[in-house]
Amino acid sequence: MSIEVNGKNVDWVKNETVEKLLKRMNYTFPLVVVKINEKVVPKQDFSKTIIPDKSKIAVIHMISGG
Amino acid sequence: MNGKKYESIKEKLRHSSVGIAGVGGLGSNAAVALARAGIGRLILVDFDKVEERNLDRQYYFINQIGKLKVEALKENIIRLNLKVEVSTINQKLEKNNMEKPFKDVDVVIEALDNAETKTQFIEEILTKFPDKPIVAASGVAGYGHSDRIYTKKLGNLYMCYDEEAKSSDDDVLMAPRVALMANWEANLALEIILGEDK
Repeated sequence: MSIEVNGKNVDWVKNETVEKLLKRMNYTFPLVVVKINEKVVPKQDFSKTIIPDKSKIAVIHMISGG
Repeated sequence: MNGKKYESIKEKLRHSSVGIAGVGGLGSNAAVALARAGIGRLILVDFDKVEERNLDRQYYFINQIGKLKVEALKENIIRLNLKVEVSTINQKLEKNNMEKPFKDVDVVIEALDNAETKTQFIEEILTKFPDKPIVAASGVAGYGHSDRIYTKKLGNLYMCYDEEAKSSDDDVLMAPRVALMANWEANLALEIILGEDK
């Protein structure tokens, strides 16, 4: 029972939302986009979208510098 | 050198335009690369003045300290390529109004510094101009690790990306990596305008 987040294997947690996963992963940078199995999750749905087991998740974040 | 290919590229670029949001380390170096390549029109947007501490990575010179960055960069570009048309907009990009200067360009380059502003800018361009390609950069700080950088494409957004880099708030900004990312952005803009080099 695991999911893949940005290429890393991570334990799957039952009923975990995108919002909770981001917190667990310590992703504190501003987010550009989150995709679950290639499907974009709109920001307003982070707190209600449950992550299914075996999902592949891509979190694209923005890091300061320029 | 393939003269025919060169001519057709130059012709296409002559009729193309790129808008650059922010002309610090990323934007100034990207603008110079595009001018050298032969882009027809550049729109430069920034509100800052050149400071001594910028000279370690940004395309400005000692005698330009105190000048508006957009004006100083225009001078430097004209010295390289008289044919490029350079429009300067001395303006801070304010939330909900960021897209305006970029309405008519073929490609937008995000070259801002602060992560929140960068994200906000990308969102505004993507929502207000859904068909316009935008090139952005994330993870500029530090040195080395060139091989961690890659292009992440999400629809019309092309991210020059190193997800393991630290924020510039906690790290250093150094000329080689900043210029690498800047030229990566310029190279992506060329590829978008000209199509894949086959």
